[in-house]
Amino acid sequence: MFFTSYEFLGFFLVLLVLYYSLPKKWQWKLLLLGSYLFYFAAGPWYVLYILGTTLVTYITGCQIGKNFEKQKEYLASHKEELDKEAKKAYKGVQARQRKRWLVVCLVVVVGVLAVTKYTNFVIANINSVFTAFGSGTQLSFLNLMVPLGISFYTFQAVGYILDVHRGTIQPEKNFFRFALFISFFPQVIQGPISRFGDLSQTLYGEVKANWSTISLGLQRMLWGYFKKMVVADRVLQGVSTIISDPATYHGAYALVGMVLYTVELYADFTGGIDITIGVAQCFGIKVQENFIRPYFSTSLKEYWRRWHISMCNWFRDYIFYPVSISKAMQKVGKTAKKLFGQKVGKRLPVYLSSFVVWFLTGIWHGASWNFVVWGLLNYVILMASEELEPLYAKFHEKCSWSNKAGYKVFEIFRTFLLICVLNLFDCFEQVGTTLGMLLSIVTTGNWEVMTNGALLQLGIGVTDYIVIGIGVLILFTVSFLQEKTQKSLRLMIRSLPYFVRAALWFGLFVLVLLWGAYGIGFDASQFIYNQF
Amino acid sequence: MDELLEILSDLHPEVDFENEEGLIDDGILDSFDIVTLISEIQDVFEVTIDAQKIVPENFNSANAIYSMIQEILQED
Repeated sequence: MFFTSYEFLGFFLVLLVLYYSLPKKWQWKLLLLGSYLFYFAAGPWYVLYILGTTLVTYITGCQIGKNFEKQKEYLASHKEELDKEAKKAYKGVQARQRKRWLVVCLVVVVGVLAVTKYTNFVIANINSVFTAFGSGTQLSFLNLMVPLGISFYTFQAVGYILDVHRGTIQPEKNFFRFALFISFFPQVIQGPISRFGDLSQTLYGEVKANWSTISLGLQRMLWGYFKKMVVADRVLQGVSTIISDPATYHGAYALVGMVLYTVELYADFTGGIDITIGVAQCFGIKVQENFIRPYFSTSLKEYWRRWHISMCNWFRDYIFYPVSISKAMQKVGKTAKKLFGQKVGKRLPVYLSSFVVWFLTGIWHGASWNFVVWGLLNYVILMASEELEPLYAKFHEKCSWSNKAGYKVFEIFRTFLLICVLNLFDCFEQVGTTLGMLLSIVTTGNWEVMTNGALLQLGIGVTDYIVIGIGVLILFTVSFLQEKTQKSLRLMIRSLPYFVRAALWFGLFVLVLLWGAYGIGFDASQFIYNQF
Repeated sequence: MDELLEILSDLHPEVDFENEEGLIDDGILDSFDIVTLISEIQDVFEVTIDAQKIVPENFNSANAIYSMIQEILQED
């Protein structure tokens, strides 16, 4: 049941009506039922996986919570008789018990993700090694199901259990409430990766129907549908044609393809998240923002603060910080300091931890080497930029023109182009093909395809280009206004006279109806991030 | 506190750490700075800072960082 299907719209409307018709104490229970129905529709067997992850994480959370309580009670009741050392020793024993629970949970939950998503990747690599050594032995691939959104809900569950283990949140004691946190239908298949501390604030609230909130939610959904159906799904046709046949479509086609793919990825993923946030808002639930106009970034570093924020924060808080400040890494830093000096000693832990983070970010996006290369390329560029930081500072100090608006536009354009190049690694499983495509841009010289009508043979005609052009212009204008004012455009529109704002939203609705890529000739496509 | 201010000034000499109260919220310290800062604090103050302590409230100002260090010292 894709967000863009009629079934989803019907499901959403029925759930919304029931949500506000039922007694308030039943609201979150209805959402749980709805979430499992939604997930069941994606694949009946998938339910077993999400249920397993939920159960294991829930039990572990409760056990860790009980251990914390036991520790607190024991220390309180033995306050007088225990000295500092005895307290420390007792805390150490309890911490080890909690850690055992945590490890078991992580092995099971992450293990399910690893087995379902990466087994065939490992087998393919083993087979490659056999072939390289001239062995005829080949292992058979396994026919494994990869449950929809497993990367997202697994990360959400891992974030929860790590927060409970750190003692930063209290474990949820009601299994069904916890099950809703993991399975909440608008976000279960493509995020954002919510934190329990944030989402639980509004997820179980007893909500009174409020037209103002519901209309804001519906508007956000409509904006998401516009991005997805008018822009992303139209661009998709052209991108698919170019990707499917790199032997024919290279050179200038590769340049067009990578720019189109970057537009598609933005419209698809941010559109999906708009729908997610909008749906949740209709139910009075606040889901965290996942993007802050990423294509206005002036550097790759800034881009990763604005793109897929929930995933970046997840990696930062649960991988980067723990690894980089771990005792082992601090030891590495100190040894490096002795051997290579202060600067290397300070940077090495950060660089090694970042390597781990980007390797994992790459593999999280897909079980193939092109994603690993994509992640590591991001890493190399980010670390190089970090090293060149003093040089940039000197450059900006000496060249005053580099602080003016014109140079900022150049930086934005340069970063966008860099993102286009990096994104091309998503498109082809073979890294060699991507490199060949990139090289072909400067070596082929088939620039005549830009003007001789060849671009109209990619599955997108003149009308599509016009619609995409207008769509991108609208996206740019809205983002530009938000960037400039730092305000929600929906709230700004709200202050306009009634007939103006009604005309604006009705106009957007008509655009989706008229220009949305659906109906005969179009196949409502899955969101790109559903596959991760 | 002086030792802490010295560590912070080494990281970003251009920042007025005595008065700045949005080191994280305003993006003055990034994740790389935080790791370097923690490493220095651990060396100078002889404390262990766990990952759960890395939250904006603990790093938004020099005072907040200092309070966190004091809290850890008391816990130990």
